[in-house]
Amino acid sequence: MATTNVVRDEYSELVDLEHSHDHEHGQFIAHHFHSAEQQFDSGKLGIWLFLVTEVLFFGGLFVAYIIYRYNRPDVFIDAHHHLDTLLGGLNTIVLLFSSLTMAWGVRAAQLGDNRTTAISVLATMVCAALFLGVKAVEYSHKWDLGLLPGNLFSYDPLAKHDHALISNYLVMLCVPFGVLLLGFLLGAILNLNTGKKLIGQFYGGMAITMLGYFAGVGVGVLWMATMTPKHDSHDDHHAAVVVAADAVRPVVFSADDAAPKVETAVVDGAAAAEAPAGSTAPLDKSLGVFFSIYYCMTGLHAVHIIAGIAALAWIFYRSLAAQWRPDYFGPVDFVGLYWHLVDLIWIYLFPLMYLIR
Amino acid sequence: MAQHATTTHAASDDHGHGHGEHFAHPAPVWVLLGTFGALIFLTILTVFIADNVELGSFELLVSMGIATVKAVLVGAFFMHMFWDKGFNVLVFLSSLLFFALFIGFALMDSYETLPNVSDYYKR
Repeated sequence: MATTNVVRDEYSELVDLEHSHDHEHGQFIAHHFHSAEQQFDSGKLGIWLFLVTEVLFFGGLFVAYIIYRYNRPDVFIDAHHHLDTLLGGLNTIVLLFSSLTMAWGVRAAQLGDNRTTAISVLATMVCAALFLGVKAVEYSHKWDLGLLPGNLFSYDPLAKHDHALISNYLVMLCVPFGVLLLGFLLGAILNLNTGKKLIGQFYGGMAITMLGYFAGVGVGVLWMATMTPKHDSHDDHHAAVVVAADAVRPVVFSADDAAPKVETAVVDGAAAAEAPAGSTAPLDKSLGVFFSIYYCMTGLHAVHIIAGIAALAWIFYRSLAAQWRPDYFGPVDFVGLYWHLVDLIWIYLFPLMYLIR
Repeated sequence: MAQHATTTHAASDDHGHGHGEHFAHPAPVWVLLGTFGALIFLTILTVFIADNVELGSFELLVSMGIATVKAVLVGAFFMHMFWDKGFNVLVFLSSLLFFALFIGFALMDSYETLPNVSDYYKR
């Protein structure tokens, strides 16, 4: 419609007359919208529709989980011994905190406080990267043990797992983040030194985000290190436990150290002994299916975290450029809604994966 | 044309939000902090129950119940559904309806075919 621009210009003028203190009113209103509110409402409906597709997207995987758990509850009870509740719980709290900082950022943008929005969004990105760092430690540890999806599954409970503390897989997972860290650091230093403050600050914030990833890796590795002595004794005992479980369920045990781990091993052994009841597939192959589901669900979630960091980076840049105002904060709100949905999915994933008893 | 613009502007007033720049609903700080506190409490609670309380077959029900309370808190306050337009909330909740249908039919099917699956493994 040829007259649309005319309408909007006149409308802008009209609004400018009403709010003469606001010299750049309408700067961000696209030409096909009549008002800032109409534009905001359209965007909001759009992001809600997108979130609907996301729910259904993850829904397929949740159905796979439910059907498989319904058919093979024993597999899920056994699988939980391979997942670290503390690291999962830590990641849950990190994600919940990132949701708080995101909501804080949206609030600040609604009030036109761009500085607070930038800091909040940066905190959200750091939490997101920290989550990925912890997840990288969890993944690499599982890959070392052979806890792999489907037919790749090669975990041997009798084998001695004298894996290195820093897994080669972990190093590989750190490379892209290390490269990005160096790139952003270099970009920040160069741009800040040549007086390009905006882009320099942006690169600086992204470098801090990448440091968040390495903080997560550090926390995960430290936790694994405190667990390692117990792990070794767990593995030493394990062979004995499995043998014992064949004969009599071991009641008395030299459980002087690492009591909870020994208990775990007992359950492991008992499950292994009871599983071949004749009516089901071997436990190890079925565990591979569990880990297929585990990697698909947490992996797709991690991809969403990475996409979230990219979207948040865009919001971070625009916050530094001070583009949000009480009548224009839609993008912060929309990315925030997406971020909260990623958090929502984890709220369900955490008990379903880590808290099976 | 000015007439047209004025009309649309008046129409947007009908939403009950007044002028264009008053459609923002900043969430009060205490609501955000309270929601976060409740979420952390519920996370610790669900881990505690999983580790220390024997619930048997109710375990899944309880952990999913707590997760749903957390989801409602995030949705209502962090995602602003509490202040959002009813239509947006309806759109989002409709996805849960279709998800429930998806699960329901898949489980019904699984229930019917479970004996065949068991037979397959017995062979």
